[in-house]
Amino acid sequence: MKKDWPLWEVFVRSKNGLEHRHFGSLHAPDAEMAIKNARDVYTRRSEGVSIWVVESKNITASNPDNNAENFDPAADKAYRHPTFYDLPDDVKHM
Amino acid sequence: MNNKNLQQYIYSIADNALILGQRLGELCGHGPTLETDIALTNIALDLLGQTRSYYQYIAQELMKEDQTEDDLAFLRKEREYRNVQLVEQPNHDFAYIIVRQYFFDVFHHRFLSRLQRSKNVNLEAIASKSIKEAAYHERFSGDWLKRLGDGTAESHQRAQQAVDDLWVYTDELFHTTDDDQACIDAGHGVDVTSFKSEYFQVITDLLEEATLKVPETEFFQKGGKKGIHTEHMGYLLAEMQYMQRTYPDMKW
Repeated sequence: MKKDWPLWEVFVRSKNGLEHRHFGSLHAPDAEMAIKNARDVYTRRSEGVSIWVVESKNITASNPDNNAENFDPAADKAYRHPTFYDLPDDVKHM
Repeated sequence: MNNKNLQQYIYSIADNALILGQRLGELCGHGPTLETDIALTNIALDLLGQTRSYYQYIAQELMKEDQTEDDLAFLRKEREYRNVQLVEQPNHDFAYIIVRQYFFDVFHHRFLSRLQRSKNVNLEAIASKSIKEAAYHERFSGDWLKRLGDGTAESHQRAQQAVDDLWVYTDELFHTTDDDQACIDAGHGVDVTSFKSEYFQVITDLLEEATLKVPETEFFQKGGKKGIHTEHMGYLLAEMQYMQRTYPDMKW
């Protein structure tokens, strides 16, 4: 039976106001059971207040073979980081 | 209602949770999948947590002798346990585990909601703390039973077998002993007969949704609440108690 269960990705919001974060993945026969399983596997030590699940096959991922062309060109473009500005003292929360 | 009535009454609540918790605990590391293994173990821990609250209340408030919760859990004899026979039935297969759980959870959830109105502040507090757990257990086992009944040909057949075999243990949940009656009369206990028809209606509705047949039998097992248990109970206690009996007062 188990080999027929699809894989689900689990996202948990740990506190109201924070975003859902990827916690891991698990197997379940359907979405409702995936939520239940996620509740038991990932929130049993009160880690969360909200759970999202999405079937893993619905996630489109970038291809690791393309990592060089995707990500390396950004490595030597330090000027894209806004680190060359002097922040006025009055600006808070940056 | 005297002290002995109340102690026996609390045993009849606590022992259900202890013995079912022990049964589920046997599955730790042996569940059909990693996810259900954790879910069932969580339920076992919920039940054992509730058991502790009841036993602590008996040991600390109701007993004259110097006894601990562990003595009550581990050092009584088979005939002194007041759990219903349903919860001691073995983990024959996953369908049995789920059906046994569902038959108990539907009862347990409704029982605790009424125990919240007990005049006994300790029982009321334990019930209020435990009822959310029981509500989740009922959803978990009910959802699984629907999927097993309305699943594959094999899961349907196994679920029906479990329903047929365990059905005879349902009626005992609604038996009232003399100790129970004394506690009900004093406003401490719950009159379980008040929700018997609701119980069987809820179960009948779910079984129909799960495409399972409700057994038609007039014969029901009984005796657990009076200390008379099925042949499975002795083995369960032997495993649960051997550590305390082999090494009395051991701690870790």
